[in-house]
Amino acid sequence: MAASMRIINGRVYDPTNNVDGEIKEICIQDGKIVASAGDDVTVIDAKGMVIMPGGVDIHCHIAGPKVNAARKLQPEDHRHDVHPATPFTRSGTGGTVPSTFATGYRYATLGYTTAMEAAVTPIGARHTLEEFHDTPVIDKGFYVLLANNIFLQKLLKEKRMEEFDQAVAWWISSTKAYTVKLVNPGGDEPWKGKKNSNVSDIDELNDEGLTPRKIIEAFVKTVNARGFPHPPHIHCNNLGHSGNYITTLETMKTANGLRAHIAHIQFHSYGGEIGKNPVSKATEIIDYVNNNSNITCDVGQVMFGKSTIMTADAPLAYVLKGHSKGKWVNADTECESGCGIVPFTYQEHIYMHTLQWAIGLELFLLSKDPWRVMLSTDHPNGGSFQSYPKLIKLLMDKGFRREEMKRVNQKALINTILPDLEREYTLNEIAIITRAGPAKALGLHNKGQLGVGADADITIYDDMEDKEEMFNAPRYVIKSGHLIIENHEFRNDFNGRLLHIAPEYDKKIEEVVQPFFEDYYSIEFANYAVDDHYLHDHEVIPLGETHS
Amino acid sequence: MSENIKIVENATCTFCGCVCDDMHLHVDVEEKKIVKAKNACILGRAWFSEHTIEENAPAAMIDGKEVSIEDAIEEAAQTLVNAKFPITYGLSDTTCEAQRQAVAITDIIRGNIDTTTSVCHGPTGLAFQGVGESTSTLGEVKNRADLVIYWGGNPAESHPRHFGRYAVTPKGMFIPGGKKDRTVVLVDVRKTKSAPVADIFIQPKPGKDFEILWALRALVKGKTISADIEEETGVSLEVLQDLTEKMKNCRFGVLFFGMGLTMTRGRHFNSGALLALATDLNEFTHFVAKPVRGHGNVTGADNVVSWQTGYPFGVNFSRGFPRFNPGEFTTVDTLSNGHADAALIIASDPGSNFPKRAIEHLKSIPIVVLDTKQTDTSKDAHVAFRTSTYGINTSGTVYRMDDVPITLRPAFESPFPDDEKILTGIRKRVHELMLARHSANGAIGEAKVAAPL
Repeated sequence: MAASMRIINGRVYDPTNNVDGEIKEICIQDGKIVASAGDDVTVIDAKGMVIMPGGVDIHCHIAGPKVNAARKLQPEDHRHDVHPATPFTRSGTGGTVPSTFATGYRYATLGYTTAMEAAVTPIGARHTLEEFHDTPVIDKGFYVLLANNIFLQKLLKEKRMEEFDQAVAWWISSTKAYTVKLVNPGGDEPWKGKKNSNVSDIDELNDEGLTPRKIIEAFVKTVNARGFPHPPHIHCNNLGHSGNYITTLETMKTANGLRAHIAHIQFHSYGGEIGKNPVSKATEIIDYVNNNSNITCDVGQVMFGKSTIMTADAPLAYVLKGHSKGKWVNADTECESGCGIVPFTYQEHIYMHTLQWAIGLELFLLSKDPWRVMLSTDHPNGGSFQSYPKLIKLLMDKGFRREEMKRVNQKALINTILPDLEREYTLNEIAIITRAGPAKALGLHNKGQLGVGADADITIYDDMEDKEEMFNAPRYVIKSGHLIIENHEFRNDFNGRLLHIAPEYDKKIEEVVQPFFEDYYSIEFANYAVDDHYLHDHEVIPLGETHS
Repeated sequence: MSENIKIVENATCTFCGCVCDDMHLHVDVEEKKIVKAKNACILGRAWFSEHTIEENAPAAMIDGKEVSIEDAIEEAAQTLVNAKFPITYGLSDTTCEAQRQAVAITDIIRGNIDTTTSVCHGPTGLAFQGVGESTSTLGEVKNRADLVIYWGGNPAESHPRHFGRYAVTPKGMFIPGGKKDRTVVLVDVRKTKSAPVADIFIQPKPGKDFEILWALRALVKGKTISADIEEETGVSLEVLQDLTEKMKNCRFGVLFFGMGLTMTRGRHFNSGALLALATDLNEFTHFVAKPVRGHGNVTGADNVVSWQTGYPFGVNFSRGFPRFNPGEFTTVDTLSNGHADAALIIASDPGSNFPKRAIEHLKSIPIVVLDTKQTDTSKDAHVAFRTSTYGINTSGTVYRMDDVPITLRPAFESPFPDDEKILTGIRKRVHELMLARHSANGAIGEAKVAAPL
């Protein structure tokens, strides 16, 4: 049962409620923040400590078919990083793709209490929900992949926009997803059907007369018109390619003032010519973001060391296989998506990797609105979520940054303005880019803040000079009012909830979708939609304002 | 036959890894019998129609004597907790929900868990860890594959609907003509009943699969192969060259493979060579590979054990965290080398099909069995539970051979509880017993216990 609690004497960072480091009492009852609690409740003395809402990860890959394939693929990644059981918690293994239990517990040990899996095929939704049930402590949701959905493209091609809108709502509701995810729109068909080719331009026509831009436009319109709490989450075309910043700018322009989220924007901020080393276009990209309040993004910072590339962008993974020369997984999902997995290591001495690292930091340090430029490593693509504390230190401590700059490829570094950037993030800004901002962008009004009525998801850190150390080991973590971590030790286990939306749709759309299913899917239409027993503990997040 | 016939549409057959979910079952509710299974293959029809419930059989027994389910759960939990090296095995013929409980039990008691994967496509799991895999769901094969190769398997008899529902005859998005738009190749040491389906049948000498696969890799990469390959493998260079051209020039190719590769000389080298060949071919066209898995939910077992531990099978928790070592923590080995001192066997019958030494040791240790019927293993069990059959009596999730999860629609109720229910009971009890032990050791202190483990 959730306890009643008072947390006293702590320095509170709650940007949503304009609380910036004030000593303030936080009271908890029935899993929520309340104005006051009785005297006979548990009291936590947080003197000398920093209190923040639980962290919210807006973009990571932690559950589902591709994640599990990446887990199976890398015993070498688990063996050296074991996660022992305690009397209260399950065991597991770590590495860049931890087991489900280790994933939940390790997010908690960083003070994170919510995480969104960013790419799930509709047919893999059931699998993802099963893994979520074994991912403890954190609340979680997922974005469902729809931009390479052959049936939806057929509707677009035939300009059946009303049915397109209904079908999107049907797919979201049938999979219990949180929003739509667009990955390399239009790129799957050339990959699967044209001998592993790809689209290279946002205005490139496919055989059906569609362009990536048309696909993006259609999703942006329908999601905004329906008021989904989080807009389309977009992985632009040309990820990782020199010169791709033009595609990124064009993608953002395609939103035409409507809300859109650009995922791991660092990977989309490169100048230069295809086939040659890229240069930084961080300034051009962040200027556009700074000036256009309809756009939110997460950075997708690259951290040196081991990572795992796992993406619905199968052609990209194949390109990276050419660099890593190691094992590679490709996994095509019928009518819905592609997928590629490549174990990868970012190395300081490599030009490209240093450039990526520096561009990410440029984007953070040039951002004028921390509410819209959020922290992510595109876990585990740019690096593990377990490297967030180090990333926070890079942002907060310019001395540390300077030391780290000495170790990287200098030719790449001088092609960026990173050495000239003196900015240091404040604790308040860190609270924004790691909790308040993502919660706002997700439309999770009860998260990322500590106002009365908010979810009692709270992290208490020792106030330390070394920010990496500080953010690596909170002293207390409270989830939905449960004291999970006390004095750095697990005291309890907790399941966490599924967060999803349930847009309404006209039942007649099922009659439109079904014939396509019968022809081209390999499972029965009646067995496709995920039934409610996979939800377990869940929360339907209401739709918000509509925009068109 | 009674008048009371219920129709269950879109039910799923869990007999083999095809997991066909288009069954229309006619259920005689009073007789508790499936009288007709429309769309089922010969194996599926037998699976459904021969399913009978022995109403009078005891639901739980200790040393052959009927006991209450509660008493049996208590005895099972005590047996497992008091063992030094308890092993859990089986799992391929039960739901993911039950599999999740089985891994939890093993984690809590610091035991050893392994599934039937270790005696079928385990080598493919190892090959996957070595080289990766280019693969796809079966619907992509149906929609796109114009070259279909079967290697070391006989689906006509083991997976009868594989040809008709997924890979050979169905018309797909880019294969409007069905079989006539595809080229089908069968590679096997025997001319099996699958051979008539194939446009090209290649019959290598037994035990020469690796050599042929490696030669094909060389040919794909443009290397020269000597004509004496025929003497070594039984397959002429011309045949290999022709196959190479077909593979490089198809639009979407697929290599299906069976235990003819994984359980013959070379094992994971064979699987690895085949997976690497499919990967190499992606330099020229789109090419995928897929093991043709046997049991109804063996793929689910791989998935569940992987997401909970990081490893697909052969996992040991004795140090308080998962360790993976096939050859040591696989069940034939934990039994043959005499390490296991108690066994939890779920939906599997190692007592009938394991090597002699393993069976001898199994018979010498206390066994807890969950099965739908009496088996060679359950006959010798210390604690035996009779459970309901997944897909016929109970719902739950199974994963098809291509990792597509499907929810089961049961036909009629069984008087026996399902695996998940029994395993959940054992899991809760072993957790209590272990917490008491931790507490006695002073390892817990004042902490509260509310863990929904």
